[in-house]
Amino acid sequence: MADLATEPDPGPEPAPAHGELGPPLVELRGVDKHFGALHVLKHIDLTVARGEVVVIIGPSGSGKSTLCRTINRLETIDSGSIVIDGRELPEEGRELARLRAEVGMVFQSFNLFAHRTVLENVTLGPIKAKGVKKSDAVARARELLDRVGVGNQAAKLPAQLSGGQQQRVAIARALAMGPKVMLFDEPTSALDPEMINEVLDVMVGLARDGMTMLVVTHEMGFARRAANRVVFMDAGEIVEQADPETFFTAPRSERARDFLSKILTH
Amino acid sequence: MDFGSLFSEFDVLGAFWVNIQLTFFAAIFALVLGTVLAVMRISPVPSLRWAGTTYVTLLRNTPLTVIIVFCVLGLWGQLGITLSSDFQRNFFWLSVLGLTVYHAAFVCEALRSGVNTVPVGQAEAARAIGLGFGDSARLVILPQAFRGAVAPLGNVLIALTKNSTVAAAGSVAETSGLLKQMIEFRPDLMVAIFLVFAFGFVILVVPIGVATTSLSRRLAVAR
Repeated sequence: MADLATEPDPGPEPAPAHGELGPPLVELRGVDKHFGALHVLKHIDLTVARGEVVVIIGPSGSGKSTLCRTINRLETIDSGSIVIDGRELPEEGRELARLRAEVGMVFQSFNLFAHRTVLENVTLGPIKAKGVKKSDAVARARELLDRVGVGNQAAKLPAQLSGGQQQRVAIARALAMGPKVMLFDEPTSALDPEMINEVLDVMVGLARDGMTMLVVTHEMGFARRAANRVVFMDAGEIVEQADPETFFTAPRSERARDFLSKILTH
Repeated sequence: MDFGSLFSEFDVLGAFWVNIQLTFFAAIFALVLGTVLAVMRISPVPSLRWAGTTYVTLLRNTPLTVIIVFCVLGLWGQLGITLSSDFQRNFFWLSVLGLTVYHAAFVCEALRSGVNTVPVGQAEAARAIGLGFGDSARLVILPQAFRGAVAPLGNVLIALTKNSTVAAAGSVAETSGLLKQMIEFRPDLMVAIFLVFAFGFVILVVPIGVATTSLSRRLAVAR
């Protein structure tokens, strides 16, 4: 039996309701960021509780991807603080690498290591960054690949897989590190329509299993099905946040109403 | 006065063998040094990047003849640095040194062009799973960069093969030295002598080009 210790208990319970969320796992306080003259993140305060699924939506250029990428410091911030599980996000170096191992990230363009097989993509991190024994890492990887439904593709190279399969492998690769929180940066935006659901199903499963997730997406169906909270961003600011039902049926701000009317009328 | 006597009077094959050895050793050392330089140039440490850039700018823009003459007359002649106790062999290794430091700059740039073929997302994904710069470079970036750099690296090897004749300036008895000697002694066969050496190098170099072109196709990373 593979080592499951690093995995949150994959019990069959549904995602915890709002009242029973755990203590804060990710805390952003007063985060500011500029790209040159462009103020992309304006004094962002955001807390994600343990076990919570937060969906960030907003028009393109609103800073939602940048926000997601600051949480594992793929983007640096100009001021403010980011705390993960009680620890301030470290500067570059070994400490940062260790923290990144605890924060899973799934990218829009999958970013699977193109020269390595699917299995190697999933085992590389555990073996090299965490020092897991190879046989254990392989067993765990096979288990995760089965879980995301691509167990029979383990020996292939990423380019031989469909986009949906590649993204599911990318999710398995992130899960293999046993992360405390998973970041999804528009995980279905580069997929053909028929492949979007296979990826969303995996994500909904993860949410049900109690994984803490921050998801930047345009998939409103996913937000309704799996999110505890929807955060609406525009022009580098968090404009409003609410549970999905409230947000989609009765958005408070004009900007949110305008955004929703543009995407929901078709 | 026949053509065949050229080969019995002069050790043409032996001279080519010297060039092959010069090329072989300089290629290996330049690949190692060039890889180190390339890693320095893509590293997050500003002082390493600066050192790498300075090295490449300096060595790539210095004539090879000047470098090899410096290695022999400067390092050995003035500073007394020897790389072999054998008098002739010492010149050989000093020339290998000169060829190495010069071509390492080109290897570095070829590899950097390979690094540019690797999408930035690959490095981000490596960092996101907790790999540090060293592991990211060694396990993710460089393996793909080498595959993307096979053709330009082949060009460096071709240049190196031909440039190995500059070792004549370092008193190494190799082809261009022998060419000079043969033309002096057999001016009657001047054109034939030139063609022998020209064809010799064509025979050496063409397979390198063919091999690296097919290798670069075979090793290309599918995306």
